[in-house]
Formats: sequence, C-alpha cells, structure tokens
Amino acid sequence: MASNEKYQLGELVRIRVGVPPTHFRTPEYIQGKQGKIATLWGAFPNPESLAYGGNGLPAQPLYQVEFPQTDLWQDYKGLASDMLLIDVYENWLEKI
Amino acid sequence: MADHGHENGHSHGENSEYYSKRAQAMQALLIEKGVCTLDDILTMADKIDSRSPEDGAKILAHAWVDPDYKKRLLANAEAAFLELGYDLPETSPKITVLENTDDVHNMAVCTLCSCFPRAIIGRPPAWYKELSYRSKVVVDPRGVLQEFGTVLDEATQVRVIDSSADYRYLILPNRPAGTENMTEEELAKLITQESMIGVGLALSPEAVSAS
Amino acid sequence: MPKVHDRGGWPNDDPIDHSEHKMEEWERQVDALNGVLGDKGLKNTDQLRRAIESLDLATYESLAYYEKWTSAMEVLLVEQGIMTSDEIDAKMAALEQGS
Repeated sequence: MASNEKYQLGELVRIRVGVPPTHFRTPEYIQGKQGKIATLWGAFPNPESLAYGGNGLPAQPLYQVEFPQTDLWQDYKGLASDMLLIDVYENWLEKI
Repeated sequence: MADHGHENGHSHGENSEYYSKRAQAMQALLIEKGVCTLDDILTMADKIDSRSPEDGAKILAHAWVDPDYKKRLLANAEAAFLELGYDLPETSPKITVLENTDDVHNMAVCTLCSCFPRAIIGRPPAWYKELSYRSKVVVDPRGVLQEFGTVLDEATQVRVIDSSADYRYLILPNRPAGTENMTEEELAKLITQESMIGVGLALSPEAVSAS
Repeated sequence: MPKVHDRGGWPNDDPIDHSEHKMEEWERQVDALNGVLGDKGLKNTDQLRRAIESLDLATYESLAYYEKWTSAMEVLLVEQGIMTSDEIDAKMAALEQGS
C-alpha cells in the first residue's frame, strides 16, 4: 500500500487528545504525551472505519512511537532509560 | 475510576452455561442458514490448534544458532518464518521479532484487548488477556517481572511494547549462558511461552535437566 | 475517563492469575467461528473489538474472554441481518428441549 508519511524516523510528535464515542486504537495513557518516531510501518486500513464495516480507506500510515516511561507515569518504578513503545496511526499524531 | 470489586472475568459458572448455550445456538443457526458448515468450523479450530509455543521455540532456537538467520528474522520476520516452512495466512496480522539481550529486555502486551502473535505461537495464555496484566505491565513492568519471578540485571533497560495496531510482537529471548554445546532441538526446549512474551527469561540448561 | 477496554495504567491491585485455563469445546468453536466468519468477509477484527468495547463496565469486567466474544458476535450477526436475537432465543430453547 502506498504511503506518504507525514512524519520521519526520529521525529518528535505529540499524541492527539480525544475520546470519540466510536472505535479507535489510541489509549488514553499516551494521549497528550510527546514521543519519538521509532519505526515506520507503512500504511494500513483505518480501524476507525473497519469497525463499522467500512473498507478502511484511505489507508493510514502507521508509526511505532517511543516514550520514556518517566514521561508517562508519575512515580514510575524503574530506570530513567525504560521505554514504552506503541503503534499509532497518523491521524492521532501532531507536529510539535 | 469505577470501584470494581472482583473483576477477573473468570465467570465460569451460571454465566458460562448461558453463553455456551447462546454460542451453540448461534452456530446452529449459521449452519442451518447455510452461512457456514460444521466442517468449516472444526477445520478452522484444528488450524488454530496447529500453532503452539513449540513452533515459536523452533524458529527462535534456529536464530540462536545461526547469526545470519537471526539478522534476517529481525529484519523481516515473516520472510524468515517462511524459510522454515511457516507460511502465515494472508489475513494474519503482521508479526515482527524483538531481540532481548543483557542490556535490553522487551515485553509485549495488548492493553486494549488481546492482540498476540497467534499465527506463529498459538493462542495467548489466559493471564495475558486479563485486566491485571494489561493494566500493570505498562505502568510497572518491573513489578510484573517480579510477579513472574523474573530477575533482570539492575542496569537492563526495560521496553514495553503495546501492540495496539497491525503488528504483533514475538520476543527472541536472550540466549542463556552455558548453552554453547546444545543442539538446536535442546535449545528450543529452553524457550518458553513466557520468554516469548517477555515476562520470563529462557530456561537455563540446569533448570531443564533438574525437571 | 478511559473507555472500558482501555486498560493501560488502570488502577489494579489484583495479582496476575497464572493458573492454566483449559479451553472448553464451545470456546474452541467460538474461536474458530470468529475465524470462519472473518474468512467469509462477514466480520473483521475491528468490528469484534468495537462490539466488545460497547459493553457496559460491569459486564466487560465480569464476563470471561469467550463470553465477551459470544456477546459481540451476536451484535455483529444481528447487525448484518443474518439472524435476530429472537431467533437465537428460540434456538436456545429448542436445543434445551433436545430438538
């Protein structure tokens, strides 16, 4: 599937904040947080449309985003270098 | 947060009878209406059953003994699976392999549901799908490792991967010390389901011979 | 307030239950049925997820894994017009009677 990524490897992005009443795959614990693009996965059908019987097109570029755990959780019990990685669709990313 | 008493979702009992009967009724109707056959269902069940942690262990043990294969596995897991005769169905989610080392320990979860590399290692264990693992492992992975009796070196970085989209993550466990002279088959026995999720380490040779 | 299924970091003091869960035959068949319906293009993974996510909190937390799938599958099959809940009720009763 052709993909024209808006974001590049290593770029810092912010996760959009939102809790739509419909199906989506962006958990609250990363919303509003800043992370780094770790992998470009290419484009995939949009689950927000698939969930209602749609064809998921246009496909959404999918990114693996990396967050320092200490940015996500107060009182995180671990190393400052510990990371959380998660796959996020482009429509949930914002430029910083 | 809502106060949710005992929430393990293991309601086998009055609920379970109702749901099993409802499922069987739906299935009977689907067959009656010609949507599918019982054979379709049983064939699919067997197909799903045909993948187990042993399949993953076989592949990962091969990566332990063959450094070039390991490189290919980490670069493109599905192509590497195919080399060993594992052809993932078209409809299967993508699978990628993450390597655990002395310095980096990866752990996989699906906080939103139960996404798991089923096509290569079979169904997830019950605990993986439960609320306690899904909620705790992202916020306190080291606490979860402790619950599983897994001890890491203090300086090891822990990376939790939440498989929220089209990718499923299979962990290549760190090869234990003292395994240099083991055959690939023996090495596969060290690679447990827990180590392929990242809540555990591969077994040590001593642990296996002691059992 | 996260949705019922959005569990990352949700406060939880429960120990992780390591016990083995033997899969019952009806669960194995629900699991397979999900795959069969998917292969026939009658449902996809996100539809199933969406149906499960629409459960109220108490139900989501108390139903076992395949019970949730069963509940969700009914929603999808009814949505598609393949069967009605009344038909399922009737079939349950009929199977109970041994017919």
